[in-house]
Amino acid sequence: MQVTINGEIKSLGSVDSLAELLLQLGYTGETFAVALNGDFVARADYSRVKIGEGDCLDVVAPVVGG
Amino acid sequence: MATQLSLYGKTFASRLLVGTALYPSPAVMRASVEASAAEIITLSLRRQNPEQQQGKILWDYIRESGCQLLPNTAGCKTPREVIALAEMSREIFATDWLKLEVVGDDYNLQPDPYGLVEAARELIKRGFKVLPYCTDDLVVCRKLLDVGCEVLMPWGAPIGTGQGLLNRYNLQTLRERLPDIPLIVDAGIGAPSQAAEAMELGFDAVLLNTAIAKAQEPVLMARAFKLAVESGRCAFEAGLMTKRQTASPSTPTLDMPFWQQVAPTEP
Repeated sequence: MQVTINGEIKSLGSVDSLAELLLQLGYTGETFAVALNGDFVARADYSRVKIGEGDCLDVVAPVVGG
Repeated sequence: MATQLSLYGKTFASRLLVGTALYPSPAVMRASVEASAAEIITLSLRRQNPEQQQGKILWDYIRESGCQLLPNTAGCKTPREVIALAEMSREIFATDWLKLEVVGDDYNLQPDPYGLVEAARELIKRGFKVLPYCTDDLVVCRKLLDVGCEVLMPWGAPIGTGQGLLNRYNLQTLRERLPDIPLIVDAGIGAPSQAAEAMELGFDAVLLNTAIAKAQEPVLMARAFKLAVESGRCAFEAGLMTKRQTASPSTPTLDMPFWQQVAPTEP
């Protein structure tokens, strides 16, 4: 399955939920947040949200800003 | 003692808001924020790979600082991007305060007024406390108030230019026409004197980043801005004198020595 992660196309084995995908990618802890196909997904929904072919995932973390 | 700043029901002793970007190191950023005495700091969110840890130092500081966090939506060009980033910010930073930015032009990073109003309307519906970075256009500012913004942050000059208050007339007009709305000059301030000028005009606060972060001695410059903002606010509350065209002696003229009554001339 091909999924775009932070702008880069990646080939992955089968993943069912967003929670599973994030774990596979190595995102742990609580200092990141997620948008799937441009829409915010709340942390509480990670296990409910399904991942499909061609999905675009953005994972963001705090940075300095003005 | 100058009065306190009140924004969205919270009060702050400091009227200087600072950004956290562009510092030579996280340690200098931290020391500068402390020297500025700012109680509101801006930050942002960017893509991060799981192996990257550079956010950790910032994150640790954020949690310890006790400052009100003001996440921005810098770089967003559409309301849709803004909404997604705002929701992500609210989840990570646990605050509904948001510095709303919608870029309308890449050259001068001028805010898109239509995008701002549309995004602000939706964000306020979703419970955000929106502080929009906007131009100094009175009508755009009114539209932002109409959709529920309680604070406005007009630019002094484009971000990072350090040009100061480019349109004093527009800024003065905003202050006069919106006397009860907290107004913060955001962006374009390059020198403490310009921050003081904004405060003397009656602006409620000043937000800046580059002028401190890019100074040769950021910590010292942070202190300079703290003093300038305090000074400008005190001056505004004290009430500036009215300008005059002709000179008027400040030293009493009565009982001036060497003065002699001129003898009346004989008819």
